[in-house]
Amino acid sequence: MKSDARKSDAKRTKGETLLEIRDLKISGQSDDVWHEIVKGVDLTLKRGEVLGLIGESGAGKSTIGLAAMGFARPGCKITGGSIIFDGKDLRKASEEERRALRGSRIAYVAQSAAASFNPAHRIIDQTVETAVGHDVLDRGKAEADAKDLYTRLKLPNPATIGSRYPHQVSGGQLQRAMTAMAMSCRPDLIIFDEPTTALDVTTQVDVLAAMRDIVEQFNTAAIYITHDLAVVAQMAHRIMVLRHGKLIEEAPTREMLKSPKEAYTKTLWAVRSLAMPERTGKDVVLRVHDVDATYGGIVKVLENVTVQVPRGRTVAVVGESGSGKSTLARVITGLLPPRKGEVYFNGKPLPRALKDRDKDTLRRIQMIYQSADTALNPRQRVRDVIGRPLEFYLGLKGQERDRKVVELLEQIELSEDLIDRLPGELSGGQKQRICIARALAADPELIICDEVTSALDQIVQEGILKLLLKLQKETNVSYLFITHDIATVRAIADEIVVMYQGRVVQQGLKTEVLSPPHPPYTELLLSSVPEMDPDWLTRLLEKRQAKGKVSA
Amino acid sequence: MSVDQTAPRSAPRTVKARRTVMQNVWRTLRKAPLSAWFGMIVIAIYIFVAFFAPWIAPYGESEVVSQQPFEVWSWAHWLGTDQLGRDMFTRLLFGARNTLGIALATTLLAFAIGGGLGIIASIFRGWVDQLLSRAVDTLMAIPQLIFALILLSIFGSSVKNLIIIIAVLDSTRVFRLARSVAMNVVVMDYVEAAKLRGEGLVWILFKEVLPNIMPTMVAEFGLRFCFVFLTISSLSFLGLGIQPPTADWGSMVRENATLITYGDFTPLMPAGAIALLTVAVNFVVDWFLHKTSGLRDEK
Repeated sequence: MKSDARKSDAKRTKGETLLEIRDLKISGQSDDVWHEIVKGVDLTLKRGEVLGLIGESGAGKSTIGLAAMGFARPGCKITGGSIIFDGKDLRKASEEERRALRGSRIAYVAQSAAASFNPAHRIIDQTVETAVGHDVLDRGKAEADAKDLYTRLKLPNPATIGSRYPHQVSGGQLQRAMTAMAMSCRPDLIIFDEPTTALDVTTQVDVLAAMRDIVEQFNTAAIYITHDLAVVAQMAHRIMVLRHGKLIEEAPTREMLKSPKEAYTKTLWAVRSLAMPERTGKDVVLRVHDVDATYGGIVKVLENVTVQVPRGRTVAVVGESGSGKSTLARVITGLLPPRKGEVYFNGKPLPRALKDRDKDTLRRIQMIYQSADTALNPRQRVRDVIGRPLEFYLGLKGQERDRKVVELLEQIELSEDLIDRLPGELSGGQKQRICIARALAADPELIICDEVTSALDQIVQEGILKLLLKLQKETNVSYLFITHDIATVRAIADEIVVMYQGRVVQQGLKTEVLSPPHPPYTELLLSSVPEMDPDWLTRLLEKRQAKGKVSA
Repeated sequence: MSVDQTAPRSAPRTVKARRTVMQNVWRTLRKAPLSAWFGMIVIAIYIFVAFFAPWIAPYGESEVVSQQPFEVWSWAHWLGTDQLGRDMFTRLLFGARNTLGIALATTLLAFAIGGGLGIIASIFRGWVDQLLSRAVDTLMAIPQLIFALILLSIFGSSVKNLIIIIAVLDSTRVFRLARSVAMNVVVMDYVEAAKLRGEGLVWILFKEVLPNIMPTMVAEFGLRFCFVFLTISSLSFLGLGIQPPTADWGSMVRENATLITYGDFTPLMPAGAIALLTVAVNFVVDWFLHKTSGLRDEK
């Protein structure tokens, strides 16, 4: 990585205009009513410039990104404004002309590479498809070029990786392969739509570096869409902050990071500041002792894991996907009986399997899931979702049950008007609050929170975290908080358990774990968390190169 | 929508009651398209006729009203008479009662068996699933109509046997559908959450899984109902279905089929009755599918 490349920011923002969007208006349909979701946005992009679009979900980022290709999703339509790409108005162009541009001159990299690749074809066939299809290159040249792109994107075994199928490579590799696909025609513009959101932080670093590198090498202009400020700071020369389909603020990256002007931008910046001093606790609620667990008796996913949760405290379990965090939760809840070791609850060993545990034991351990969408039955109204544990565990019925439901709604800071809503009629944050209320209804001693904030926008995340802390104060409940997000850990944890490949590599009080010196894996994990500093990635890569990366 | 609504603290008061089922039904019906209304009205007429046939019909179900077989249409006999001199119109009305009633009972039974076992297979997986699925494969390997004919000739073709045999044979298809749809539901976190809560099989089956596969199952119900209906009519046409003198649309077509060669379309009336109901049911099912699947027409 050339660090001086970053210094050419000024040059790159001054080139010839490539894309000019004026007063863009897009409407979306919901329940047969059209709503304006993008309300007159202007956007200018020069050749070779990377523009970051940030905002919460529903801000219209992706819709604008797609509109830059002259495309509107089903259920959306572009109602006003002009989209001028290299002198041609895409709104006035015919569908044929637009199709000729897409793929060859404007490319798109989607959030979920796994869902965007066709599982039935080899990666290289899909990489060369656009180039061959647009008659840019013949098949042989396109394949040679694809291998060159794989090398530039630092994919392992660039000569042979293309002959694999999408499920045979990792998520980070697939995301890079998709970037290669987008690059195959050397487009003038690439739209990255949250390309690293689904990846682990440790993988994200490599993917970000590869993407930034290749965009610079070919002097490609890019629109980088994300909700992660620290990520956009690494990638973009200029940032646009969007909210509710309107532009809030626009400035060059460094300027924006240094001195955001608008109040809303400032709140976005401030989110990461939530930090709670750690507390210690003596009274142990849960003790997982020397547990081994396997799937199907063959794949070992947990090895000699020992974890303790003090009463009224929060223990965060961190690690990348595949580290066994969620398996640990399954062992504690009894969904996956351990092969070896015991789980003690209030000093007494818990029956290993779920079916051997009595109702009262089940009541004391509750769980909140990552995705409130799948954790709430779409056919059950809020009243029944929260009411069921009240009825099931505590035997409440009728008005008495309803009153308690309203009480819980108040506790989670939601209006009682929501009581007859279906989950589909609630926002993401509201849904997660309902899940919290459901867990709380059982009056538990321990709540296992499995990545409860990772699917949410930052501002909503903060609301949920504050709520969890408040509830802990009120009810003295303990949390086992599973997450891969270090910022969240800093915010709410008392103790931290770092897991890697099914083992606990470090555990202790928050300040102990977060302050150096770190064991190698903790170091890798902590250093991979993007910081709000545009030079962070560059510096990190230099440092790692100097030291020789910790072998993962 | 990122801003969560915050409730002001207020004194406890009685909680707003739910919207009643009737209100919900009315809200939905008001928005139904014309085709769905057409379907619903036709079905309603059929049901009405099925219930009140003895009072509406001018003659008795198997009453011989004319010495003359195959009489032409007249004011006394709107659709003429059949090969034994029975009033065709009367038998058409009674046919609705028999054919519809039996088809409905058969379909319900098929869904109870196939749907129930399908969901159970998806919840338990493992050997339960294997056993049930392979049993279903075996049953499906035998051509349905021929199998039904064999079974009916072994056990005798009473109405009870007819219902049970067709229901069991038809439940195989319902099983496959229910199992595959339920498979997508049982992996959801809310089903796991219910298991963690300690809920039993009945709750998980009826409260967590069933409501979520309902749209598909109801759509399939409409289609299967038509198929069952046609199967019964075919069996009757072949002489092993509903036995005379009970009026049935399938056997009515068979018994009067010779008339077609003389250019009289009276035997097509029962066939038309079957066709109209099939179309009506499908209109309603289409609308229902459209509503529940969230599909939208491109505009």
